[in-house]
Amino acid sequence: MNKELRRISIVALAMFLALFVSTSVIQVFQVDELRADGRNSRTLFDTYSAERGPILVDGVAIAESKAVDTQYEFLRTYTQPELYAAITGYFTLNQGNTGIEGELNEFLSGTANEQFLDQLGALVTGQSPQGAAVELTIDPVIQQAAWDALGDQQGAVVALDPATGDILAMVSKPSYDPNRLAAHDTSAVLAAYEELINNPDDPLVNRAIAGDLYFPGSVFKVLMSAAAIDSGEFTPESTFPNPPQLQLPNSSSVISNSEGGACGGGETVTIATALRLSCNIPFAQLGLALGEETIAEYAEAFGFGTSVEIPMEATPSTFPTGLDDAQLMLSSFGQYDVRVTPLQIAMISAAIANGGNLMQPTLVDSIIAPDLSIIREDDPVLLSQPISRETATTMTQLMVQGVANGAASNARIEGVDVAGKTGTAENGGDAPYTLWFTGFAPANDPQAAIAVVVEDGGGFGQSAFGNRVAAPIAKQVLEAVLNR
Amino acid sequence: MPPTSPEGAAATQASPEPTFTRSIAITVRQPSKLRNLELVLLLVALGIGGTALALVQLGVNGELDPGVLWQASALGMLALGMHVALRIVARDADPFILPIATTLNALGIAMIYRIDLARGDSGWESLGIRQMVWTAIAMVIALAVIVVIRNHRVLARYRYIAMLAGIVLLLLPMLPGIGLTLNGARLWIQLGSFTFQPGEIAKIALAIFFAGYLVTARDSLSLVGRRVLGLQLPRARDLGPILIIWVAAMAVLIFQRDLGTSLLYFGLFIVMIYVSTGRLSWVLIGLGLFLGGAAVASRTLTYVEGRFAAWLDSFNPEVYDAQGGSYQLVQGLFGMAQGGLVGTGLGQGRPTITPLAESDYIITALGEELGLVGLFAILGLYLLFVARGFRIGFNGTDDFGRLLAVGLSFVVVLQVFVVVGGVTRVIPLTGLTTPFLAAGGSALVANWIIAALLLRLSDEVRHQPRLVVDE
Repeated sequence: MNKELRRISIVALAMFLALFVSTSVIQVFQVDELRADGRNSRTLFDTYSAERGPILVDGVAIAESKAVDTQYEFLRTYTQPELYAAITGYFTLNQGNTGIEGELNEFLSGTANEQFLDQLGALVTGQSPQGAAVELTIDPVIQQAAWDALGDQQGAVVALDPATGDILAMVSKPSYDPNRLAAHDTSAVLAAYEELINNPDDPLVNRAIAGDLYFPGSVFKVLMSAAAIDSGEFTPESTFPNPPQLQLPNSSSVISNSEGGACGGGETVTIATALRLSCNIPFAQLGLALGEETIAEYAEAFGFGTSVEIPMEATPSTFPTGLDDAQLMLSSFGQYDVRVTPLQIAMISAAIANGGNLMQPTLVDSIIAPDLSIIREDDPVLLSQPISRETATTMTQLMVQGVANGAASNARIEGVDVAGKTGTAENGGDAPYTLWFTGFAPANDPQAAIAVVVEDGGGFGQSAFGNRVAAPIAKQVLEAVLNR
Repeated sequence: MPPTSPEGAAATQASPEPTFTRSIAITVRQPSKLRNLELVLLLVALGIGGTALALVQLGVNGELDPGVLWQASALGMLALGMHVALRIVARDADPFILPIATTLNALGIAMIYRIDLARGDSGWESLGIRQMVWTAIAMVIALAVIVVIRNHRVLARYRYIAMLAGIVLLLLPMLPGIGLTLNGARLWIQLGSFTFQPGEIAKIALAIFFAGYLVTARDSLSLVGRRVLGLQLPRARDLGPILIIWVAAMAVLIFQRDLGTSLLYFGLFIVMIYVSTGRLSWVLIGLGLFLGGAAVASRTLTYVEGRFAAWLDSFNPEVYDAQGGSYQLVQGLFGMAQGGLVGTGLGQGRPTITPLAESDYIITALGEELGLVGLFAILGLYLLFVARGFRIGFNGTDDFGRLLAVGLSFVVVLQVFVVVGGVTRVIPLTGLTTPFLAAGGSALVANWIIAALLLRLSDEVRHQPRLVVDE
């Protein structure tokens, strides 16, 4: 009987072991997954009844939880709602969270694994846990300047510190008031949400990273030139034939330069001149000479095709594949099917400004626990080295020429060398142009790289160029950078 | 096997004699040591219970309610009374069983009471108050069992009465007029406002019957029969009892719609027949029969099918939203995840979001507020409880007592495994009560009787060390 008993004991022990394992799996390994499940109302109650950490800009809260006398205990309040909406996102009862509120929800609500000891402490002392504060990289002066400079235009401005990847300003217009969505009156929140989501101008979309991707138009020529020079096959003085019009191979389409006529006169034209004057035909020929593969390689090195997390996920920019010659030539000046985010364009300028080193863009400076200890502080991360230092230096000189004596003249700042490039992208048919500027300043010691996009032709339909609308906006923002 | 042990009797009777050797003097002094150990453990158990109750009040209401604490301390006195009774009528009984049962029962009361507070129930509506009253009844009955049954061998004589009682109790809920269906299972009887689940008591009666029957019948069950493929197969007529139990288990499954209880009876029988006969063929035949029946049931009975779907595909929105789907199961998992490693603290979580958090899902409620640490402690207590029962099986003086102890212990194992395994997705969810913890008077009475019987059985083990010779 004892032999059987021993076996039965082992069976009983195995049954208990199964329970020890199953409870451990649920309460340790599946915790994050279960808490994140949309059907988990406990998480919802928790996020509301805990004191959510603030979002700080230069130490000042732009989003904070204020104690109120309702069942939810705290009301999320945004002090400069529209200015920062693209960054903070919103925090709602049941429509999800976006922006920093969504991406760093665990830290803000105090449920991140890094805050485990705090949770334990709160449990022992019986106090409700407190969320961590998120300090942003945003410079409030530059952010305000970008907001003001963009005025009533639809579009976006992104300014980066090229050396660190820190995002100094990120504006998307039209904006919205996240306070309307953070309210505790569910029906009012739903009504506001319905209104915003159905607004044809898409105020809820952060155009800097996640809007419908834009055609880059001529700002793509910066990447083309950098690729050509860095490949070693071309120098800024390499020349191309300079016809006033060019029929695309195997196609009836004819392309011309934006100013009409040949590019700056002469039988041939250099890459330097073509970039300075933003001519299409030489770049179409350059694209054909470089080949789809080389361009795609450089585009990828500059960040195309990957989604950077700032920590919000930016939509990957795309360079098309499988192009015939005509499509390749159109793509070479940023048309056909090249699609970008303003952040991607700013990253191209930032890489050039930083000696060819592309830094990971980020909005988060640090995450600070309620007891002021630092939970997370990210060191600058090198994302890639798309071009050599020499190429970067050459490109800087070319882009300075573009502002000093070229097509980007409206970005000139007295006493400072500004490197820049404008863009005027066609959207097909009669659709208004998309107007661009990208660049950095000062050219010899870059403090900020910038991308400006203005939709809808800046209100001028097909009659305005990037230099007229986007360059002055960039100029104002860069001046704010230089004056700080 | 002799019915009594001569050396043990001599030792206890002769203890005052000065001529006895030192070693015997030590064994004779042990009983009071055992009871002292029990007293210390019991005081710890009562401390845990009282603290849990106070924390629940502070956690939910932010203030203490002395009334309930006084009522609870009356239960504590009852537990101490049981300890005193053991000092008199079962001095050598196992010192761990009573404190473990008390701790689990107290934790259960605290959690059920905590759920009452969250729901705002009070008075007789309050399940916590009812649980306390039932605890008192159960403990008194357990006390009576220990005092009245001085020699467990008496029980073997009543094995066929026990069988009859077990079957009658099992079938009672199917009688029209008094049968009552709750949550889809026809397991209750109702007399006036009084409801009872007779199946809970039936499992003890059946364990007594199995033990008595198997001790006398095991030779014919184990020695006769043909060998096929290395397995000793039983004779067809010896298959009779296992078939009867199979039919009974299937009847419970089909007519009372209760997967857990049928699993419990069947598992109990298989384990006991295996231990008594040592024939693996019985286990295989039994498992084959049960799994076959269950497989057929899962295809033909929609509620069983639904349970399987909820088990395998819990997070599928369709299963989640289905009638009788996985909503409750998933809410329980959410609760446990909320608790994580250390729990939210008593009274600080939201266990009431999970339906039936006071009964079937009390483990998830405890997991939410006490965390994985708390659940490990609770599972550890069950494991220790069962180990003490198995110890009687190893060291008992007579085969009936050993078999009964193993059977009763395995009833606890099966219940814990089926309930906890069910809510943690080890197996499909079936309705059984978590011993001592879950709300429910019948289960409390049954489990306290099990504790009382184990105490009684263990009383005879300690008398003398037994030389174990395995066959």
